[in-house]
Amino acid sequence: MFVRGLKRKCFDGEEDIEGTLAGIKAIPSYNLQRQSLLDMSLVKLQLCHMLVEPNLCRSVLIANTVRQIQEEMTQDGTWQMINTQSTGQASLDRLVSTDILCRSSRDQAEGKHVPGYGTFNKDFESDQAQDSSETMSTASSVQAPRNLQSNVWEMENPQENKGNFQKSLDQIFETLENKSPNSVEDLFSEVDNSYYDLDTMLTGMMSNTKMGHCDNLETFSSPTNTASNSNCKSDLNDLDHIVEILVES
Amino acid sequence: FLGAGGGNDIQWCFSQVKGAVDDDVAEADIISTVEFNHSGELLATGDKGGRVVIFQQEQENKTQSHSRGEYNVYSTFQSHEPEFDYLKSLEIEEKINKIRWLPQKNAAQFLLSTNDKTIKLWKISERDKRPEGYNLKEEDGRYRDPTTVTTLRVPVFRPMDLMVEASPRRIFANAHTYHINSISINSDYETYLSADDLRINLWHLEITDRSFNIVDIKPANMEELTEVITAAEFHPNSCSTFVYSSSKGTIRLCDMRASALCDRHSKLFEEPEDPSNRSFFSEIISSISDVKFSHSGRYMMTRDYLSVKIWDLNMENRPVETYQVHEYLRSKLCSLYENDCIFDKFECCWNGSDRQVEFLSLCTSDLSSIVMTGSYNNFFRMFDRNTKRDITLEASRENNKPRTVLKPRKVCASGKRKKDEISVDSLDFNKKILHTAWHPKENIIAVATTNNLYIFQDKMN
Repeated sequence: MFVRGLKRKCFDGEEDIEGTLAGIKAIPSYNLQRQSLLDMSLVKLQLCHMLVEPNLCRSVLIANTVRQIQEEMTQDGTWQMINTQSTGQASLDRLVSTDILCRSSRDQAEGKHVPGYGTFNKDFESDQAQDSSETMSTASSVQAPRNLQSNVWEMENPQENKGNFQKSLDQIFETLENKSPNSVEDLFSEVDNSYYDLDTMLTGMMSNTKMGHCDNLETFSSPTNTASNSNCKSDLNDLDHIVEILVES
Repeated sequence: FLGAGGGNDIQWCFSQVKGAVDDDVAEADIISTVEFNHSGELLATGDKGGRVVIFQQEQENKTQSHSRGEYNVYSTFQSHEPEFDYLKSLEIEEKINKIRWLPQKNAAQFLLSTNDKTIKLWKISERDKRPEGYNLKEEDGRYRDPTTVTTLRVPVFRPMDLMVEASPRRIFANAHTYHINSISINSDYETYLSADDLRINLWHLEITDRSFNIVDIKPANMEELTEVITAAEFHPNSCSTFVYSSSKGTIRLCDMRASALCDRHSKLFEEPEDPSNRSFFSEIISSISDVKFSHSGRYMMTRDYLSVKIWDLNMENRPVETYQVHEYLRSKLCSLYENDCIFDKFECCWNGSDRQVEFLSLCTSDLSSIVMTGSYNNFFRMFDRNTKRDITLEASRENNKPRTVLKPRKVCASGKRKKDEISVDSLDFNKKILHTAWHPKENIIAVATTNNLYIFQDKMN
């Protein structure tokens, strides 16, 4: 989930990366922020499957936001790159399919454990830490034009990834439509208690009205604002920040 | 409007506050709807616990001519109970989403109250006499031994302490798959509509086992769902006309005479998007949370997250007026998305229609001249359409003295904060005013904070 432009900024300092990577937004933090918004939205869609029927209007609005981000990322070309990173994909899947795991006995048979928030957090961090070392080493390879066959990141089929994502979104809507009678039992029997901690944490977020933790994403409200972030943060600091936003620690 | 001394400026004073004092809010006490009846004598609130509390205005005291009658509790009853949908394994909340009063036809009062799934017609009646002197029963209700009855007498009505009884007269159930967000009584006073996220149904007040579906926007494939119904209302004068608003910021006006299923709108009201303000949150903040016709029916008002818009029914392509409620939140949309506040559904209301003014005012200005809506930090806003002035007031127990004029509030968006201003980052987003109501005839307003109901009235001289 690391944006290549960010690395290049670390290496190149002042260099203007705007023209170098076709189809990618010039400001690295925009992509990062957009990804954060996407992750946040997906988490929100997950949490609404509680005991009371979720608010359909809210779900539809969040899903539309997710689709918008997805479309923009597809146009940018960043969608393909982000989804071909296997760990990135795994975390996305984990985000999206958490709820599905709660219900589907098939998935439970495969032994996938519903990640509690604590484990999700750790996995996310460790994955991204791995990711950063991978991307560091392959930074040079992605400088090549995207259509080079040798670029390993693009050999996976982006359409399929998009399809998976769309399928997960659709599954969310289907479950909104007709929740299976077994789902509540599954929810209670298999789910780790820390799953509810995620909910209480985020509900805790709602009662804590501090705005500070979303500061870096505020520039998001106007995507035309491109001059916001010229700091060269290290990848892990950005990651921490994103995790902080999600965790509200 | 800021009390500058203009003849028509209203000076709002604190009158009463109802509800618990402590900061620890019981979930069930959260007020979810507020509505005056047609005369303004009764004020109903619904809460998250499914209860309805009705306040009644005291008859004006001749000795206390400087204030209008106070509102005191008249009736409290449990309107809805929590239910469980066994098919979906989901709870059905008992929270009262809306209350609408019927116009009074006889001694009793009637109102419709609804939760997510079921609408109920309640009759509220007074009993202040009871029959005494039965032949076969003792006063406590026990039956007398017939052999002890030696004379006959006619029972007579004797006065008793006033008792207000609420009884459910009709239950309109099983017609909504999705959550009901609106009910609206038709001007024919015989029918009403109920709207959920995807459908609108038409009911007859007397008939509970049938309703007509008049709008259905559910796609064949739920995966294609991108828009939901957020509010609906009947036109105040035309009994075949209604409007419904959507999560995409559109309002559709429909005529029931055109076809049985009003899927094709007669008019579509939509303002083109401002490209300079476009962001990932544009759609969410354009979602309309409330729609209200003006008294004449010539205009309608919509509330979206940041603004109130006045539409002329004859002009579909843009509103005639737009009022910014809290524009300073535009740069905070991401935080508000994160903490879910961006999904808060604020309502809006028009001022009451003063009958005297109605008679005197010619065609120049619509009676509906002031709009009111809520915001955060227990602030609420009023916009005067004629003077173009606006004011921000606060519902707080600090302004507790009756007849104290409320001090206008100001939010400092950026830069140096002046004295008495409050900065955006200090706003309490847990203190939101979603529900407000204006007395139909007088300048009395009811403002609901999370669990308290404030009543303000204009300063009488």
